[in-house]
Amino acid sequence: MISDVRDAKQKEIAEVLKQLDMLTKMTGLPIYPEPKTGNPLWSDVRELDLRYQIPVKKISKFFDELKKGKVLATRCSKCGTVYFPPQDDCPKCKTSNLEWKEIQGEGEILTFTVISVKPPSFAHYPDYVVGIARFGDVNVTAWVDGPREKIKVGSRVKLDVSKREPEGYITYRLILV
Amino acid sequence: MTNVAIIGTGHSKFGSRTDVNLQELAWEAVKQALEEANVEQKDIQYFSVGNVGTWSAEPLPAVVIGEYCNLAPSGTMRVEAACASGSAALRDAYLAVKSGEADIAMAIGVEQMHQSPNPTVVEMIGRAGNYFWEFENFGLTFPGYYALYATAYMNKYGLKEEDLGKIAIKAHHYGALNPYAHFQKEITMEEYLKSRPVAWPLKLLDSSPITDGAAAVILASEEVANKYTDSPVWIEAQGVGSGTANLSRRTDFTTIDAARMAAEQAYRRAKINLDSPWKEIDVADVHDCFTIAEIVAYEDLRFAKRGEGLTLAREDQTYIGGRIPVNVDGGLKAKGHPIGATGVSMAVSLTRQLLYRAPNKGMQAEIRNGRALAHNVGGTGHYAYVTLFSTRRPGL
Ligand SMILES: [Zn+2]
Repeated sequence: MISDVRDAKQKEIAEVLKQLDMLTKMTGLPIYPEPKTGNPLWSDVRELDLRYQIPVKKISKFFDELKKGKVLATRCSKCGTVYFPPQDDCPKCKTSNLEWKEIQGEGEILTFTVISVKPPSFAHYPDYVVGIARFGDVNVTAWVDGPREKIKVGSRVKLDVSKREPEGYITYRLILV
Repeated sequence: MTNVAIIGTGHSKFGSRTDVNLQELAWEAVKQALEEANVEQKDIQYFSVGNVGTWSAEPLPAVVIGEYCNLAPSGTMRVEAACASGSAALRDAYLAVKSGEADIAMAIGVEQMHQSPNPTVVEMIGRAGNYFWEFENFGLTFPGYYALYATAYMNKYGLKEEDLGKIAIKAHHYGALNPYAHFQKEITMEEYLKSRPVAWPLKLLDSSPITDGAAAVILASEEVANKYTDSPVWIEAQGVGSGTANLSRRTDFTTIDAARMAAEQAYRRAKINLDSPWKEIDVADVHDCFTIAEIVAYEDLRFAKRGEGLTLAREDQTYIGGRIPVNVDGGLKAKGHPIGATGVSMAVSLTRQLLYRAPNKGMQAEIRNGRALAHNVGGTGHYAYVTLFSTRRPGL
């Protein structure tokens, strides 16, 4: 669950804040010496907790179909351009309400990496492989699932829709065929 | 439109600068530039500030810096072009002078990344690809983006770990000579190969550090420049380009289209031969946020043919004395990469190279053509700026 991930992170932060509170109580100021140099640093007492609300109305069909196990791209019926990530506007033709089209069949890995130094918001996952695979006229970036030694440029993959644990939200991944 | 000259340069020590805050750090570079040009703040009619921020506390850095450096009430803005923000600030000030809006303008680049803990910085930079489709769901980090390029390049052209190691070793060699550099020590191939993985195939020693730093240049119109200096360095030409935010929308992961376009624009404007531009350039600073980026830059700048950038690295052709000296100030890799300061730092380094004022003999390139090149990429080719600096007045 999202709240479990948050709780684990907040525990670490709480420990740091406790030390800061103690320091402020002891010295009257939230200033501590930087460990390596001893330079005095003021530790911000105003926390900024950012979590954005991103509008997805124009591509809500993508998420409706994702729930059914399908990954969709959009296609402009006028010029034929296929868009992935999907978008509902074709800037080339200045038209909207594009067609939806499922990304099907096998793709081919164009490139990949293994993320070892992770952002804190991904710290609860084991090292993950991110790849870009070509499916006909679009590329898809996603985690690649399969034995690490078998993941190569040129490997065949297919899209799979499943829940991402521990958060439990539905997303897509590339799995080796 | 007038020619534009650099008449003063300033550069702070790069590194973990916990001894100063953002505006104090900017002042170190601004003060040096003012003194070098012998210009007073009141003469600076416009100043732009390259700063990406979010990891530092002040949300309106241009204003805070203007106040601290006594540059207000001149017009200003904060300029963002990711890792190329410094070049964007330079461009903004350059256009202000070129258009005749200002006789003297200043470009400042500053970044203080250490105001946030390192993991938070990793998180924030990772978010700077395409946020929703790459970060939110798949946790790509900045080394991760460039690693995708490295994997593709290795697969296509047979690039080896050791080739990337040679880039890192060169950066640290020159960094060791540069008193302004974040890292001032040499590294060996053994140390490089043992360095821990960050985003396979890239290691810690493939990566530029999280750095604090500032740089500044004062620009003047041709008429005014001649009153202040006998040795102006001209901004001869600049090329700019942009690319997709989504890496998945790119077709080739061995080249950066935006940079290729920017280079071609700059070369055409300066009437440089597109077949072998390196013959007309004495020294270059290229965007080596990761070692692979430097190899790709060699090719995007046409210093080598496609797939042959690694040969330049293998043959040490980008040391002083080789085909073309590249990043002889240590590059982003060893000098450091304070995001918003980097582009301005390149302008400072190269101006000093052209005037035979490198801080150390061992890092002074031989100047034959009087021309230097800066290649500054924002994101992974989201933005690209290629700038040519020359001791010869454009149009001559
Ligand atoms: Zn269309």
